[in-house]
Amino acid sequence: MNPAYSIIFFTTAAGAGYGLLTMLALYALAGDPAANGREALLPLGLAGVLVSAGLLASTLHLGHPERAWRALSQWRSSWLSREGVLAIACYGPALVWAWRLWREAPIGPVVPAFTAVLGLATVYATSQIYASLKSVDAWHLRLVPANYLLLALASGSVLWQALRVWAGVATAVDALPVATLMLAAGVGKWRYWRTLSRLAPTSTLATATGLGTLGTVSSLAWPHTEQNYLLKEMGFVVARRHADKLRRIALLCACILPPLLALGGSVSGGWPASLIMGLAVALLALGLVLERWLFFAEARHSVSVFYGR
Amino acid sequence: MTMLPQTTAKKLGLVIDLDTCVGCHACATSCKQWNDAGHSAPLTDTDPYGAAPDGVWFNRVHSYEVQTAHGSKTVNFPKSCLHCDNAPCVTVCPTGASFKRVEDGIVLVDADKCIGCKLCSWACPYGAREYDATDGVMKKCTLCVDRIYNENLDAAARVPACVAACPTGARSFGDLGDPASGVSALVRARGGYDLMPEQGCAPVNQYLPPRAVTPLVQQPLSRHAGGIESALLRWIDRVLS
Repeated sequence: MNPAYSIIFFTTAAGAGYGLLTMLALYALAGDPAANGREALLPLGLAGVLVSAGLLASTLHLGHPERAWRALSQWRSSWLSREGVLAIACYGPALVWAWRLWREAPIGPVVPAFTAVLGLATVYATSQIYASLKSVDAWHLRLVPANYLLLALASGSVLWQALRVWAGVATAVDALPVATLMLAAGVGKWRYWRTLSRLAPTSTLATATGLGTLGTVSSLAWPHTEQNYLLKEMGFVVARRHADKLRRIALLCACILPPLLALGGSVSGGWPASLIMGLAVALLALGLVLERWLFFAEARHSVSVFYGR
Repeated sequence: MTMLPQTTAKKLGLVIDLDTCVGCHACATSCKQWNDAGHSAPLTDTDPYGAAPDGVWFNRVHSYEVQTAHGSKTVNFPKSCLHCDNAPCVTVCPTGASFKRVEDGIVLVDADKCIGCKLCSWACPYGAREYDATDGVMKKCTLCVDRIYNENLDAAARVPACVAACPTGARSFGDLGDPASGVSALVRARGGYDLMPEQGCAPVNQYLPPRAVTPLVQQPLSRHAGGIESALLRWIDRVLS
């Protein structure tokens, strides 16, 4: 599948934003002072910027962005529509939360919990857009929603930890949720890739043409000599040659180095800690983009079967 | 509305005979010609006379080779929207632009509502939908909805353009939901089948398999076969050799 850059940016940035919202909500519910004071507007604001920038970027790949509001209407059948509805619904409690933080009013558990649940529900809806497609074997897996949710939470936890280190309130204990979430996310992704390597294609040229009962079918001539929409959008095959190396780099950058750096940043103080967390966030961004690029580029659509691929 | 109808009054669709299709692409070009001025017009082409021509087509003809026990066989294979009963392209649409008509089962796109997110083209396992980058909307086979009900045309011409154009009669149009229809009888008689049944789309269009071929068996020539005429020919052959 063609890895559209706007969608890679949207799913990674918004995922990290919703993960950050969830971390903030968890710390707020646990009574952490830094998550309940006015300074919590910074993580809340950063989450808002990441989510909003992602949502705006996601409209860039539309043929008619000005009609994007129409996408809110078919939530009864479409995961894409549900994603839009949930994303917009999440702004409601998030804004109430921000308002109360600004006014230094008591926040209570309901608003942060509601924001986090809606945020994670949005990530789940995003993952279901892909996981619900039977036409793409690599996406039609239960592991896909798990991967999306775990990576969103884990990447949000790295951002949360970076903000805490920069604010000078981080302790080594804070690095524990980062390590736990990243370990879970990394294992989930590793299991996903292992599943991919054993995946038998749902459809073959034999079932696509129905000619399998006569003998062995192969493609003799395509309908067209040049590229077309189907091949450009669904027949993307670049990644497969370097997939193994790219997977290892993605895991290293997203799931292994950032939690280690988060621990280092939490125990060291001053500007080295800030620098370490800056590096952690940069590596995380690189790893996430690579992981998401592979998610698209490695996925094979059943239409490629008709082309003998 | 992107919820699929429970049932449709008719199931209009095509029956494509892979035995008689000669792979001339007349269905594809006539489709392009009609639809370039019809319901989904224009079917934009980019760089049509250049090095990398590209464009929107609703019908594409593949050619396959089948290795059978009696040697290989070429099968030409036109592919267009199958107007599935369980169309995944419809349910994924976030805007309600994609819909399946209750009255005849035709799957259409409302170009005024389409936001061009391309998700329907991802959901279709057959690659039946093609995005028009110039218009920014998804386009697809309409089963020539602007022909089949068109009272300005002669009754005989009220069939999809691809069916009208096929020189070998490899394409038939009708109501596949009506067991008494000609297309249903054809499917029964020839063992029509679904493409990619494992995808669970319940396609309306049916494909008829190539007929069984009687293998050519070389008869060994007998010295005494064929009577006096053959004996004479054999004698001439010996003399000339």
